[in-house]
Amino acid sequence: MKQLAQEISSRFHELGVEIPVGEIEGRLDKMIHKYKVPKEEARRSVVNYFLKSYNINRGEFYTGQSESPTLTISHIAEDGKWVNVRGKVVQLWDNAHESISQVGLIGDETGTIKFTIWETAAASIVEEGKSYVFRNVVVNEWNGKFQLNVNKSSSIESFDEDIEVGIIAVEFRGAMVDIQSGSGLIKRCPQCNRALTKGACMEHGKVDGVYDLRIKAVMDDGISIQDAIIKRDLVEEVTGMTLENAIALAADALDQGVVLEQMKKLLVGRYYRISGSRVERYLLAESIIPVFSLDQSEVDELIASAEVI
Amino acid sequence: MSGYTREVARRVFAQEFRESNLSFKDGEDQYAPQYLLTPTGAKVNRIFIVGTLIEKEDIGTDSEYWRGRVTDPTGSFLIYAGQYQPEAAQALAECETPAFVAVVGKPSTYTTGEGDVLTSVRPESLYIVDGQTRDLWVQETAKCTLDRIRAFGDASANTERAKEYYNPDVRYYSSMVAQALKSLKETY
Repeated sequence: MKQLAQEISSRFHELGVEIPVGEIEGRLDKMIHKYKVPKEEARRSVVNYFLKSYNINRGEFYTGQSESPTLTISHIAEDGKWVNVRGKVVQLWDNAHESISQVGLIGDETGTIKFTIWETAAASIVEEGKSYVFRNVVVNEWNGKFQLNVNKSSSIESFDEDIEVGIIAVEFRGAMVDIQSGSGLIKRCPQCNRALTKGACMEHGKVDGVYDLRIKAVMDDGISIQDAIIKRDLVEEVTGMTLENAIALAADALDQGVVLEQMKKLLVGRYYRISGSRVERYLLAESIIPVFSLDQSEVDELIASAEVI
Repeated sequence: MSGYTREVARRVFAQEFRESNLSFKDGEDQYAPQYLLTPTGAKVNRIFIVGTLIEKEDIGTDSEYWRGRVTDPTGSFLIYAGQYQPEAAQALAECETPAFVAVVGKPSTYTTGEGDVLTSVRPESLYIVDGQTRDLWVQETAKCTLDRIRAFGDASANTERAKEYYNPDVRYYSSMVAQALKSLKETY
């Protein structure tokens, strides 16, 4: 606690205010020992008290503070920590909320992490495929996963260097048990590439969409579930249905839904081996291979182990 | 708080499924999911089956209500699809028998007047597949069942409950698995 008091005192010293360590320690002691306040909360409260009594701006106290450490993405593992991250924006996603400016994925050599740029950050717009330094962003843990929040004390700078993004490669073998809505023949916004819902883009409103094929598949191996996103080229490969075929099929039926129906008939209930990279809960497929033949030696092994039970 | 997560579709052979009759809810809530616990301790809210549809019949009076019988190497599953399972009911209406089918569905139990519990499957989807897929399913279901049997010694909520309720002879189920696997090696 002495150390904590010392820290606070020296920080105030940097700002030109002298507060006796003893006084800080006294306050901390009361909070922590008498009122059972957690250490970090006590620290915050004590700091706030002195900020107020010396009329110092909070921002001044915190921002000037020893710069956030620059971490590689794989080292981000602490909720609430302020960090700098250097990486390439790998993907931008549809964002659902007006208080959010952009949501996406930033990656460096060690992996990828989701980021949210809030409107209040008033940051310039980032683009896919470009590299940036995110300064002073806060790590936030949600559902056991970490993400970055770019807020009003953060800044974003671009730099000219291509970063090789390390991917977390995964493979999943199992049965495709469902294909979710939003699959099949879809339209995307020509400006931002987001999938349209009912012919409208969330950002740009009614637009003339561009046709695309995609499948959001639910894979299941009897033990666990894996959602997978399969892009146009792989959809064409695995279904044998090209985008042109799909458009013609939909035009004949006057219904985009027939494409999804057709894809379900072709794929659901069958076994596939999908490999790609994991992003959030999705596996972004880079290859999808139907599992064709039974491995006879595996069958023999299973028989042997069934017989010894 | 992990929010909503989709239930894994369990793999269970028809024989074990037919011999299951312990169904329960996780929690008191009206919307708490319903489960069927099998003798080897699979806790099933959703099931995935690939087998041969050998019979189908519309047993509905006012509206269509389809009953189908799907076999695997150990026995058969009964599946029932009506107006609340439109996709599966339509698929059943349209398909020929016999055919290899893949069914994703929910287990359901029915207690007869005599107090017997009958298990069946309410399909969410039903699609025609090929014989290869059926063989892959048999192998996978064998593996999943063996894994459950091997884990039977470990104390988990599911195995404890299954042991207490069914007191199963695990040899009986391991030989069922062996038979199912051997059927894959037969050539016709």
